[in-house]
Amino acid sequence: MRVSFTVNGRPQEADDVWEGESLLYVLRERLGLPGSKNACEQGECGSCTVRLDGVPVCSCLVAAGQAEGREVVTVEGLADLAERRARRCAGGDGSGSCASGACGTSGAPLDEAPGVPAGDAWSRAARPQDSQAGGGGGLAPIQQAFIDAGAVQCGFCTPGLLVAADEMLERNPDPSDADIREALSGNLCRCTGYEKIMDAVRLAAARQAEEAAR
Amino acid sequence: MDFLRPASWEEALAAKAAHPGAVPIAGGTDVMVEINFDHRRPEHLLDLNRVEELGEWEADGDTVRLGASVPYTRIMEHLRGPLPGLALASHTVASPQIRNRGGVGGNLGTASPAGDAHPALLAAGAEVEVASVRGTRRIPIDDFYTGVKRNALAADELIRAVHVKRASGPQQFAKVGTRNAMVIAVCAFGLALHPDTRTVRTGIGSAAPTPVRARAAEDFLNAALEEDRLWDSGRAVPPSVAEEFAALCSAACNPIDDVRGTAGYRRHAVGVLARRTLTWTWEAYRGTGRAADERGGAA
Ligand code: FES
Ligand code: FES
Repeated sequence: MRVSFTVNGRPQEADDVWEGESLLYVLRERLGLPGSKNACEQGECGSCTVRLDGVPVCSCLVAAGQAEGREVVTVEGLADLAERRARRCAGGDGSGSCASGACGTSGAPLDEAPGVPAGDAWSRAARPQDSQAGGGGGLAPIQQAFIDAGAVQCGFCTPGLLVAADEMLERNPDPSDADIREALSGNLCRCTGYEKIMDAVRLAAARQAEEAAR
Repeated sequence: MDFLRPASWEEALAAKAAHPGAVPIAGGTDVMVEINFDHRRPEHLLDLNRVEELGEWEADGDTVRLGASVPYTRIMEHLRGPLPGLALASHTVASPQIRNRGGVGGNLGTASPAGDAHPALLAAGAEVEVASVRGTRRIPIDDFYTGVKRNALAADELIRAVHVKRASGPQQFAKVGTRNAMVIAVCAFGLALHPDTRTVRTGIGSAAPTPVRARAAEDFLNAALEEDRLWDSGRAVPPSVAEEFAALCSAACNPIDDVRGTAGYRRHAVGVLARRTLTWTWEAYRGTGRAADERGGAA
């Protein structure tokens, strides 16, 4: 069957999709977006976490057909998403006000704010670009924080953690340690022991607060 | 394999009638695991995500009507007041990603003895609304679980909603596992005080071939509370009563040894959870719940 949906703001079509196929498989094997990882295929590890209409889900447990017509954000789209959020906070949507620096974008169309020139919203966006990055620009603040805090070792868990952590900071810009642990409780890491991951999320939250205060 | 994508409840029922072997998929958190691991190759997958009413709830009256696909996250966020036991149980389901997709309909459809919602639904005395092209019926939760991973659904029926009476007293849910998240219950226990009917109901998970109530324990406790007029006096439950209640809850188990725990451990742990949840709920009743009753002028 054919499945049409939006991935990281771009309309995508996948053909010859087998009816029992997962969204994860379609992303990786048919759309060339290998950022989302496959480690368990049973919802245990979170390394396949993506956002489906804004909501973090295990893409290995979403049937491809269930994504029809929906909006998906993968780790490849995080930088883009962060940029759009920043633009909105800076008044790109005309409202010009944002108290938290973390406007909820859940469920909002990903192609909003057309015509706003891609700009200097995040100074860090000028960092070297990951070859797999789906949208232009460099790294999302959460990605940079993971690097700066040393939260990446083998990196297999990282894409899922990034998507989950980014969504939490959007909802809850000032998380307690308990909030972070709960938000990331569905993501396993076998390398870091999680302490550096906690550091990274705290760092991202602090930077986000700084940015918002500007 | 065919992927059926009904846009409405009527279409879903028609599809299920035409293909009784079709496997309904909503959150996918059970079904996709089986497909990913080649444990299941149904001829038809029946996607229910497009049937919007399954994701909605009504909580205005004395009874909450909870759509089968309302994600656990929503139950935690919005229904903690009327459905405290189910909200607590929902919070123990797997991880945020899973709670964002999974709902009570899937737990009921799979009917695993380890499903987290079951003890809470049993304790609350829920009813399951199921339908087919032949019509709609409500199955009391006590009659719903018929065997290991078996339920009372006919081949052409789909689960539409559960109806749960708004809590009239404190409810609790407790679960044993190795960590707080991503745990399939070693065993679980739900307890609801129903001051309106002066009864206590229980639910036990993962300690028998199906989710079960500890009926003898309920009967014993109901009689003891009545005899000592504790619903009126609000005095503490005597330790001997709590002990006997716990022992009867243990006795209601019919567990097995498996990788998660031994039968003996499960029996013991259910007794511990029963005593704890009784203490928590009764203390809460003695505090806020009963005080409110008295202010309201109840006899
Ligand atoms: S691959 Fe999806 S949760 Fe592990
Ligand atoms: S960095 Fe290796 S699994 Fe997390």
